[in-house]
Amino acid sequence: MIWVNQIVQGILLGGYYAVLASGLSLMFGVMRIINLAHGDLAVLGAFLVFLFSKHGLSPWLALVIVLPVMGVAGWVLQRGLLERSLRAGPLTPLLATFGLLIVIENLLFEKFGPDERSLFPYIGKLGYDSWTITSQVIVGKIYVLILVVAVCLLGGLQLFLAWTPLGRALRATAEDPDTAELVGVDSRRVYALAAAIAVATAALAGAFLAMRSSFNPYSGSQQLIFAFEAVVIGGIGSLWGTLTGGIVLGVAQNIGAQLNPQWFLLAGHLVFLAVLALRLLLASLGGNWGLRTILGRA
Amino acid sequence: MTLLSVEELDARHGFLRAVRGVSFEVAAGETLAIVGANGAGKSTLLRAIAGAHKPAGGRIVFDGHDITALSAHHRVREGIALVPEGRRLFTGMTLEENLLVARRRARPGPWDVEAVLDAFPLLAARRKSRAGNLSGGEQQATAIGRALMTNPRLLLLDEVSLGLAPVAVDGVYRALRGLIETGATLVLVEQDLNRALEVATRVACMLEGEIVLEGPAAEMTREQVVEAYFGLGRPEGETAVPA
Amino acid sequence: MNVSVERSTRLSRVSAACVIALLAALAFVPVALSANVTDKLTTLFVYLILAAMWNALAGYAGLVSVGQQAFFGLGAYAAIRLTQHGVNVYAALVLGALLAGATAIPLSIFMLRLRGGEFAIGMWVVAEVCFGLVILDTSVHGLTGVSLIALNKYSAHDQRAYAYWFALGSAVVFLGLIFALLRSRTGASLQAIRDDEEAAASVGVSVLGGKRVVFVLAALGCATAGTIWLATSITFTPRSYFGVEWTAYMIFMALVGGLGTFEGPILGAVLFFVVQDQFGDNGVWYLVGLGGAAIFFALLLPRGLWGTVEERFGLQLLPVGYRLRGLESIANPEPVEGRRP
Repeated sequence: MIWVNQIVQGILLGGYYAVLASGLSLMFGVMRIINLAHGDLAVLGAFLVFLFSKHGLSPWLALVIVLPVMGVAGWVLQRGLLERSLRAGPLTPLLATFGLLIVIENLLFEKFGPDERSLFPYIGKLGYDSWTITSQVIVGKIYVLILVVAVCLLGGLQLFLAWTPLGRALRATAEDPDTAELVGVDSRRVYALAAAIAVATAALAGAFLAMRSSFNPYSGSQQLIFAFEAVVIGGIGSLWGTLTGGIVLGVAQNIGAQLNPQWFLLAGHLVFLAVLALRLLLASLGGNWGLRTILGRA
Repeated sequence: MTLLSVEELDARHGFLRAVRGVSFEVAAGETLAIVGANGAGKSTLLRAIAGAHKPAGGRIVFDGHDITALSAHHRVREGIALVPEGRRLFTGMTLEENLLVARRRARPGPWDVEAVLDAFPLLAARRKSRAGNLSGGEQQATAIGRALMTNPRLLLLDEVSLGLAPVAVDGVYRALRGLIETGATLVLVEQDLNRALEVATRVACMLEGEIVLEGPAAEMTREQVVEAYFGLGRPEGETAVPA
Repeated sequence: MNVSVERSTRLSRVSAACVIALLAALAFVPVALSANVTDKLTTLFVYLILAAMWNALAGYAGLVSVGQQAFFGLGAYAAIRLTQHGVNVYAALVLGALLAGATAIPLSIFMLRLRGGEFAIGMWVVAEVCFGLVILDTSVHGLTGVSLIALNKYSAHDQRAYAYWFALGSAVVFLGLIFALLRSRTGASLQAIRDDEEAAASVGVSVLGGKRVVFVLAALGCATAGTIWLATSITFTPRSYFGVEWTAYMIFMALVGGLGTFEGPILGAVLFFVVQDQFGDNGVWYLVGLGGAAIFFALLLPRGLWGTVEERFGLQLLPVGYRLRGLESIANPEPVEGRRP
């Protein structure tokens, strides 16, 4: 039964990873950019919500302010930094976003210091309330909320992409930006929109991290790795795959932790590497096993 | 009335000058066929007019406005649509979605999904099929339909017969004739001389980036065009490599 | 039309001679100059190796790695463990580096099939896995780390000198290997791979083979840098050896110096050393500056300082690559004008 609990916890944790990874997945699917600063943008979002909360505003209301602000930040990031990087060459976005990672982390450290922070005290009972399913399986309410939000977010994005004109424009641009331009799509605006969504969801994930746990200025790197692992496990370019990947990662970590508390992170990394190896093996044997499926087929 | 005026247009691929000081005009309602061998610069010229290729020099004037600096998606709003070489459909999307993408920023006008499906009846049954699964002829029809969805004033078509079975090409040109009858302005790049001469009101022949022959289709003989096509009968020019 | 191929210009021949003279002079530093200078130069050599290795990976093989700290830490870890089993400390440093570098061979089979960002973060995950495994090893006391007590056999002066010569020698070896690589067929094929992978493969260039050579070389270099660092700092704290800040330093040095050039990382390392020396105490602002510089150079000066100079003035100090003489007569050809019927 203890194992069942770990799996349940892992699934719930997967919900968080899915929210965190959705932005990374979107950016990669549309623009073929891996934003190395993604995790730090999440942490930045967490700090912003934290700031508001410290001054008395409910974290939920703070989110109403922070998410659009971070969305704008994503827009600016795309138009100001990433657009230029894309033009310069395939390596440049990695270098530029890594530089951004270093800048954000250390500016946050400068402003807030090394202490762990948390939104736990500001969300009332939600932080520690839980439902007891059985004597050994206990689900925290905040975790369930996060999972529900993850499903709604991914579902919403999916519907957006499939049914709205803007979503279609996004898919077209993701597949062939030059031809999209020829049918009237402003590819630069579309990219900026994708970046805005990506950064806003990252900020949301950051807030969730702060609510269920704690964070510090240097937490971003770790979150980036989790996000990346979730995306790869689930299959690059697939939105629902991001949820699957997140869940697999969460479950692997929790099972590892059950075997030995020190193995939490390591278990996740090893499962990631194993899935990657499997994918590479299958890809080399021929056939497209989801390694580079485009967003349109998600 | 002159709809399109291209003045001294220069376009390059790296160091290679693909289009060299090309000038011509297209009047509203005309069908201009640009013919020439592979590598003559025809596609590059069309892409430059559509905004997909940045020219190195020269001007493009559309309906009296200088659009040389305008980006491709803005030119679509102005009324220029390109059916690109190789169709370039969004293969991950359905036929209908391919059409709908173009509708988003379309100009007001008669073309919409139903009108396109009326014009190309063979597409109606494949509406929900993935564009990647369509046949060559269906893809070409979809590509033309997609361009039409923007309600263009000037339609540019790049090698629409390439890679298609003769029957499919017949269908495409039937649809083009229909379009021309409605008064549309077309610029058509075509390697197939016969097809081009069937529909064109004017013909221009390109060779190595320049227009070497131009005039009303009715006044041209096949022999004239063929000679220009292959660069026959030209005086011996300089060669690039110094002796 | 007179075109001939030559391997070096007069300027590069002069520079090569200067370099050899410089190396000879450097060898005498521990005996001739103060302890402080010796220590600083040792640090500089470590930066040099790291910069050259990261530059080789990204600039020649097109592989952006955010995880080279894996080998840096593994080299130090292997060296410590070897000394714990009684191996002589300096032999352990060399052997440890070799062992850590060797892990790159099986790793390459796997990692080199990844592209772009996947490879970048994949290597970071590898580094985190190495870190995670190392802290499980009780003989290095987990996170607290352990000291290289085997060094105690030697006097402080001797330690310093040996570490210096080890560092100098390693720097020469690795820069020399890169130099030889660039002048070899593999070097030319790497250039081709970097310019256009598909085209290179289509003319028979072994894309994977070329990348593998660079990947393993870079691993060896970073591992050696790690063991040198261990020799100078004496303690092994896993978090600082496996930290991603090493990648930040490498990126800074390679980018600012000049990605893809031979002289670039040398310039970058010297610059970084000066910056580190002057501003290292300014805590985070200094790191913010590094990050900002990386962004600036990535976007605006992608060829780095040296690369821009090289491009502007057509300079090349050291004879890497090939030059065509007599090129002017066939430069910028006009396309064929006329055809004879």
